Amino acid sequence: MKNPLSKKIVQVQPSGIRKFFDLANEMDDVISLGVGEPDFDTPWRIREEGIFSLERGRTFYTSNAGLLELRKEICNYLNRKIGVQYDPQKETMVTVGGSEAIDVALRCMLDPGDEVLIPQPSYVSYLPCTVMADGVPVIVELKNENEFKLTVADLEKHVSERTKILVMPFPNNPTGAIMTGEDLGPIAKFVEEHDLYVLSDEIYSELSYKGKHVSIASFPGMRERTIVINGFSKGFAMTGWRLGYCCGPENILKQMIKLHQFAIMCAPTNSQYAAVEGLRHCGEEVEEMRKAYDQRRRFLMHEFKRIGLDCFEPFGAFYVFPDIRKFGMTSDEFASRLLYEEKIAVVPGTAFGACGEGFLRISYAYSLEDLKVALERIEHFIKGLQKPR
Amino acid sequence: MKEKETIRMEILRNLERNGRIDLGELAVLLGFPEAEVANEVAAMEKENIICGYHTMIDWDKTGVETVTALIEVRVTPQRNQGFDHIAERIYNYPEVNSVYLISGGYDLLVTLEGKTLKEVSSFVSEKLSTSDSVISTATHFILKKYKDHGTIMAKKAGSERMLVTP
Repeated sequence: MKNPLSKKIVQVQPSGIRKFFDLANEMDDVISLGVGEPDFDTPWRIREEGIFSLERGRTFYTSNAGLLELRKEICNYLNRKIGVQYDPQKETMVTVGGSEAIDVALRCMLDPGDEVLIPQPSYVSYLPCTVMADGVPVIVELKNENEFKLTVADLEKHVSERTKILVMPFPNNPTGAIMTGEDLGPIAKFVEEHDLYVLSDEIYSELSYKGKHVSIASFPGMRERTIVINGFSKGFAMTGWRLGYCCGPENILKQMIKLHQFAIMCAPTNSQYAAVEGLRHCGEEVEEMRKAYDQRRRFLMHEFKRIGLDCFEPFGAFYVFPDIRKFGMTSDEFASRLLYEEKIAVVPGTAFGACGEGFLRISYAYSLEDLKVALERIEHFIKGLQKPR
Repeated sequence: MKEKETIRMEILRNLERNGRIDLGELAVLLGFPEAEVANEVAAMEKENIICGYHTMIDWDKTGVETVTALIEVRVTPQRNQGFDHIAERIYNYPEVNSVYLISGGYDLLVTLEGKTLKEVSSFVSEKLSTSDSVISTATHFILKKYKDHGTIMAKKAGSERMLVTP
């Protein structure tokens, strides 16, 4: 029998998160701080609109690029939020989550051997999607001392003649790092000088806690070089609805819509109707959720300081990325022991790139009550480590 | 001044949801100095912006029998005093929970808590209806409370989120 598998997919490593998921699932009474999705239910207005769309019998395909009504609302929203105007007809596509947009963009933009600069630690998809698109992933290691921001100095070490795309994963999962306007300026200049394109994954844009989120697409000359990826999963608490979108130059979007048409047809119809309602009427709910995350973020930073867990102050997403190097264990050991000894599930930083070694991702998409109990257990664990054995 | 207003609003929104929160913790959550939060709370108590701290209780679950009635009251406003005087006559009864002046088909909405139906009906027939200013009343008994003060009474189902996701 012939080998049924492509060499490409076989060489792709499975996500390091899987292991912790399996371990945690086998145990009882685990408190997990390991999820990458909001603890809030989708705002009722949005859910109700989804139900209504089913009652109305809206169970058919939409146009490939998505409901025009939704694309118009998306463009209005982006204009309000990041100050960049896109054409809903030609420069906008509704996708099955932001992750589909990542995959489709890379497959439409890369030729074999083209290099993609991927800052890490970052979300787990960029690298495998680059590989499956015949691109060459080039890892750019972000550093704790820079608060995990991307700098031109980092990029200069890795850029080459073959570099085509820079992935910009901010606000960042897993570190919570953000890039301010000041931080982005030099990066934009670098991108232009080296004639690169940017894949800007802004899925956590609503969850920024230090001023307004800034998109690299809003810098002069960047709009025509950037695919902005966003969606409803995080800010609108709609992970299970699988709805994202991307905007960018017409020539790129045209090809992306073509691939999306052949691979997916269209994003789920009822999710699209629900999202229209969300963009029109749920700004306040989104802001309320943002405030709740911000409170938890402050609470965690305060508690970490108290119990002696080092951590830079992150201003985005719903993650903190504490530094555990002083305990003399790898991330994996620390996370495993925390799970076995205290029944707290966190994700080792290494699940998001080798340079995540020495760090943990802790999610605060949990109620304050849950976080308090978890913190007690973490404190107990750390105290045990500090005692001479 | 604007800063102070923001602090106050943030404090109030949080206290409204959780009156028992420790002020030190509230200060951490809001990112304001603890002394400032404590001062503002004390000031707002003094100014009667914060009028009290209460506990939401679902009496149905306690086995204690209570009945709650909503009573629509139509009244004749009195010269120089409008509705305030008659409202005061009503709200001074301890069994009266709330009194609202309402626009529309009637004037005052009175909520009343009693131990029995009889207790409520005797209040209405003996105290409320006999008042000179009261033209008519319509009493509605609450059969079930689903949501009160923004709180849903039914227990929330457990989360179906997976334990670890990227």
